[in-house]
Amino acid sequence: MTVQASDDPILEISGLETYFFTRDGVVRAVDGVDLTVGKGEILGLVGESGCGKSVTSMSVLRLIQNPGEIVGGSIRFRGESLLDLSEKEMRAIRGDRISMIFQQPVGSLNPVFTAGSQIAEVYEIHEHMTSKESKARADEMLEKVGIPDAERRAKAYPHELSGGMAQRVMIAMALAADPELLIADEPTTALDVTIQAQIIDLMREIRDDLGTSIIIITHDLGVVAEIADRVAVMYAGEIVEEADTKTLFADPKHPYTKGLIGSIPVAGLRREWLDVIPGRVPNLIDLPTGCRFAPRCRAREEAGLTICTEQRPELRTVEGEHTVRCFLYQEEAR
Amino acid sequence: MSDDLYDPPDRPLEPTNVQPLDGMEASDAIRDEVRMDPSGGSVGAVTSGGLWRTVGREVVRKKSAIIGMALLSVLLLLAVFAPIIAPYPPDQVLFDEGVSPRDPPCIHLFGCPEDQPQHILGIDGNGRDYFARIVYGSRVSLLAAFAAVLFAVVWGTLIGLVSGFFGGWTDNVLMRIMDVLLSFPSLLLAIAVVTVLGPGLINSILAIAIVTIPQYARIVRSSVLSIREQEYVSADQALGVSRWRLLIHRIFPNTLTPLIVIATLGIATAVLEIASLSFLGLGVQPPTPEWGSMLAAERNQVFTAPHLVFFAGLMIMWNVLGFNLLGDGLRDAIDPRLGR
Repeated sequence: MTVQASDDPILEISGLETYFFTRDGVVRAVDGVDLTVGKGEILGLVGESGCGKSVTSMSVLRLIQNPGEIVGGSIRFRGESLLDLSEKEMRAIRGDRISMIFQQPVGSLNPVFTAGSQIAEVYEIHEHMTSKESKARADEMLEKVGIPDAERRAKAYPHELSGGMAQRVMIAMALAADPELLIADEPTTALDVTIQAQIIDLMREIRDDLGTSIIIITHDLGVVAEIADRVAVMYAGEIVEEADTKTLFADPKHPYTKGLIGSIPVAGLRREWLDVIPGRVPNLIDLPTGCRFAPRCRAREEAGLTICTEQRPELRTVEGEHTVRCFLYQEEAR
Repeated sequence: MSDDLYDPPDRPLEPTNVQPLDGMEASDAIRDEVRMDPSGGSVGAVTSGGLWRTVGREVVRKKSAIIGMALLSVLLLLAVFAPIIAPYPPDQVLFDEGVSPRDPPCIHLFGCPEDQPQHILGIDGNGRDYFARIVYGSRVSLLAAFAAVLFAVVWGTLIGLVSGFFGGWTDNVLMRIMDVLLSFPSLLLAIAVVTVLGPGLINSILAIAIVTIPQYARIVRSSVLSIREQEYVSADQALGVSRWRLLIHRIFPNTLTPLIVIATLGIATAVLEIASLSFLGLGVQPPTPEWGSMLAAERNQVFTAPHLVFFAGLMIMWNVLGFNLLGDGLRDAIDPRLGR
């Protein structure tokens, strides 16, 4: 069922730094992120709100707006450095080779145009089709994403669509030009649980049928467990742990990942208290020296580590492809 | 993206996401309206056919809009069929048909002696049929007002789009020019413009248009500023839509609804200002029939021949009232939060 990642990756992000220069100071939203996505791979990018996962994805499309700026690192898409492209070259890539779907399906559709015409526009921009051809293709695309009675729905305006339906339209738009990489930013957050499952199935089908690589950004571990081949956990602008999905859920290493998994209520399991992570995400302007998770970390206190508040841990391999950014797993720190 | 950054939640793994706030944007309002509409039955309907049809349906339910449209259709009929309706050409002097200057209205049906020629609104100071002049006056009034508003809307929209979308330096320069224009009382500025350009119909249209450009520029700019932050604009950018295409094809259509309301109300003001300029002798020149200049020509006879002042004034009021009522109705239809 799962398509294994081939050797040459579709997307390689290394040392990405995206900062926002606000009046209060520099917000280091993404601070040295390394990520790789293979062909036909689904990568889950997990973290709580404000950890920089959306900024990472917007950086890939180079849609970071003032006062934000990509200040360092590299993003290579099929070996080509995206940060060196002109705006025009970048525009040709957006929507055609890399596309994105957003959290608010209804809000992401222009209210004054019909669903069909918005999909058709992608064909007009990227494939230079006539409006008649593109309309026919749009109807096809709507059918492909599982919208019944596609021809009629194509004439519907966004406000006439349900959330799930609108998200399907968004996916149809994103897939219209047959992209190699699809970035889904919280694609299921605004939807009902049953619709969530349908959308997840749809995305998996897309990968299986078209071989599209997918980055799925979410704070919902359930979604990730369901769909992703590999998971990267982000905290305060950096990757803290990365492993294939099974390993990550079976054997989480980083205290933060453990906390995230522990805070999911399990049906049938009786517990007095839900394990929650105390405290809150650090202020990205005034980051703690040392490990960014240290102020909230119980494992550190239990292990009696002092280095955590003094030095920033590196991302190190613990086992096979499993990497973690934590001193608990570094012999010399103990 | 940005609320990710600036809104750290107090709990990890927030299960639900905050819905966007109710924006001030008109199209949002329409969307809400469709959802909340208790009688329209369009909730969940697949094909109810577009925002404009929704607005259209809503407009015909508004009493004020209906009255406004009725008033305006009378005027429009007068203007279009003027040669058929008017018994004489508007500038034909009728002294050889046995009339004298400022004859009061003579309607045979209401007991005016049959031997006198019938002039339902009387004769003006120069011996012309007043009814014919009133009828032809509707052409000038409507055309001039439409032309002035059209000109102002086109330029105002361009300026508003550019300054809202590109911001920064361009925005600053354009908006400061608009501020200067706005700092004069509009009629005074129009008078100044006409004084420079010279009196006449075209120049007074230009003057009124120039004076009202800032109004439209501001409306459009503020719409653009709010629409620019909408998620569908980011979505379009992520699809590789170019900046100009985004502005013209995606953002502009969303600014239309407030613009149409303001423009409709603006026509009412333009009608009044054309009449005012003509009244002052700066607008339409005689012998072209124009209500404002007709009013001015006979204003000293208000006690001896009141019909010559009354009907011209009535027509101006009729026209202004029509556009105001229609504009109010449109606004209520487009933004259900006002008028209900």
